[in-house]
Amino acid sequence: MSWITKTLTSSIGRKLIMSVTGLFLCTFLVVHLVGNLQLFKHDGGAAFNAYSHFMGTNPIIRTIEWGLVLGFGFHIYEAFALTRRNKAARGQGYAQWKAEQNSEWTSRNMGILGTIILIFLIVHLYNFFWRARFAGDLPKMGGADVETADYDNLYLAVVSSFQLWWYVLLYVAAQISLGYHLWHGFRSGFQTLGLNHRKYIPVIKYAGYVFSVVVAAGFASMPLYFFLFTNERGEVVSNASSLLQSVASAF
Amino acid sequence: MAGSNPNAKPMNLTLNVWRQAGRHAEGKIVEYKVKDISPEMSFLEMLDVLNEDLLHAGQDPVAFDHDCREGICGSCDLFINGRSHGPEKGTTTCQLHMRKFSDGDTITIEPWRANAFPVNKDLSVDRSAFDRIIQAGGYVSVNTGGVPDGNDITIPKEIADRAFEAATCIGCGACVAACKNASAMLFVSAKVSQLALLPQGHAERKTRVENMVAQMDKEGFGACSNIGSCAAECPVGISLENIAMLNREFLVAKATSNNLA
Repeated sequence: MSWITKTLTSSIGRKLIMSVTGLFLCTFLVVHLVGNLQLFKHDGGAAFNAYSHFMGTNPIIRTIEWGLVLGFGFHIYEAFALTRRNKAARGQGYAQWKAEQNSEWTSRNMGILGTIILIFLIVHLYNFFWRARFAGDLPKMGGADVETADYDNLYLAVVSSFQLWWYVLLYVAAQISLGYHLWHGFRSGFQTLGLNHRKYIPVIKYAGYVFSVVVAAGFASMPLYFFLFTNERGEVVSNASSLLQSVASAF
Repeated sequence: MAGSNPNAKPMNLTLNVWRQAGRHAEGKIVEYKVKDISPEMSFLEMLDVLNEDLLHAGQDPVAFDHDCREGICGSCDLFINGRSHGPEKGTTTCQLHMRKFSDGDTITIEPWRANAFPVNKDLSVDRSAFDRIIQAGGYVSVNTGGVPDGNDITIPKEIADRAFEAATCIGCGACVAACKNASAMLFVSAKVSQLALLPQGHAERKTRVENMVAQMDKEGFGACSNIGSCAAECPVGISLENIAMLNREFLVAKATSNNLA
């Protein structure tokens, strides 16, 4: 093995990859969240569809997309590699284990939180990304504008998906998991890089907390909004009574 | 035998103790009762009472590690009620006193759990993995010759203090025991930081961190998840800043050392 592979497969090297990919994925979350806020523009999805058409066809974005694939790939791969190593390091467990008295729940359960996010990611990518990019079975926008008439109406796919109670539930559960994952992960990423300084650690810590809450709440607000307040075309209706019905039918 | 404090009432306790005949033997938790334990006893003195009872009953006493019994040697290593060195913060097992417990309590006592720390017998574990990590780089080279002048090498007080804080690590292994991943990063980081901060440690600065981390991985310790259980349970309060420093030292050394292997 060369010194590079030796470095990157050492315990600290693997954590370095976790940290770098994790912080990179944080920047992706910002872009994704800001772009998705266009769902709230009451224009029948015109802005959102134009945006998603741009993101799906622009060559620069498509190139960066590969970075994103690698970022997720390495983050997930290293998570499994490190979990295996760490489980093996303990061997025989304790009869009594009071870790809740010396550390935060989120920091000890990054793997469980990450797994929930991974399950969500597979469903999410299949339903929106796969259908938009590869399956080609999304409805077209249509309308008078010749240029945009041929665009996929991803907005309609999103809004109609968010009428399904179990789908909304999966989304909200995943966003709560993401929030807790970031709660520890954001700060932890800096610590792994060695960026721990008594002047800046409080800033990083609280910026991480704010980031976690804003990102999780921002993403969760979308399925909740369309489920609670709009019909399957994204038109605002008072949906309170049908909400109660669907909750009742769920049980 | 209530000691010098007339108000200290003796306690009766139930102990769940890990018993294991040898390194490759199967172990299990065995329940014992101890009577008339003075609240002024240390935890290890309480175990001495148990062992005396066991000896009188013709049974094998419980093996446990201890030496100085004043909190400086790092020999004692008990996992008490789910915590390294028990419930009290900043304390080794030998400095933990029975006044922290109440009459009628059930106390679970286990050895440190890590694959790199095999159990010798009962509660005694083999921590020579730490010794091998120190041998890999936890030293400084000193030239022979005349004694250098005391003020020859100036070290700012703040740096000396930080190095000293790291040097207080007694190598007990509570960090490994408390860590969900059985990681030795807090121990290794204390040793690396202590020497990296001081000019005397600069000769081997890069090879030290490379070799010590390589040995740490070879021993089978886990990786750090920045959980912080280690620092919370450390009897001498080694902080997570040391782990950040270890990461910096390691990554810089790997990127800039002349070692291609």
